[in-house]
Amino acid sequence: MKNWMLGLALVCVIPACVTINIYFPAAAAEKAADKIIDDVWQLKNGAAKPNVNNEDPAASTAK
Amino acid sequence: MKKILLGLMLLGTLLASQFVVAAADLEVNTPAISAIKNSMQSRHAQLAPFYASGAIGLTKDGLIAVRDANAVPLAQRGALTGLVKDENADRSKLYKEIAVANGHPEWQPEIQSTFAGRWIDKAQSGWWVQGAGGWTQK
Repeated sequence: MKNWMLGLALVCVIPACVTINIYFPAAAAEKAADKIIDDVWQLKNGAAKPNVNNEDPAASTAK
Repeated sequence: MKKILLGLMLLGTLLASQFVVAAADLEVNTPAISAIKNSMQSRHAQLAPFYASGAIGLTKDGLIAVRDANAVPLAQRGALTGLVKDENADRSKLYKEIAVANGHPEWQPEIQSTFAGRWIDKAQSGWWVQGAGGWTQK
């Protein structure tokens, strides 16, 4: 009886761990993609500021 | 005896939830990924005007492509082709590196298609993006 219940518990828990590692974590991938795209395109405030500062002098010297 | 079993099951559940937490984030902070990201970030300043003019667009497979070469002065077309080639090489490398950094090289196609959707979602209005039916302007 004891062994049977322990077995059942293991049967429930072990596949849960394995499943997570095999299937593609779509939500985590989206989060990672958003982070990288924000960095590359400088979409966040901190990075956008220097961009604006760079553009203004460039625009005025071009004209 | 039942208490011990219950305790074991609780422990098991806790352990399982730890795995969930560990899997909730993808590793994207390796030196290789950072290097590719920096290279793409500095190239973006050169690519941005071409996105805006419609000369290039974001493809549905997570890359970029020349969409309308006529939007670019003849003298710049060679340079643009080179930029697009370099950008696509970096993007492919990025998708591969993320898959490898997380111990699942076979995830590369899924990572690439995830990025494809996110690039297009985040594209500025006026940029051209590729959907199932061809190019559309955001």
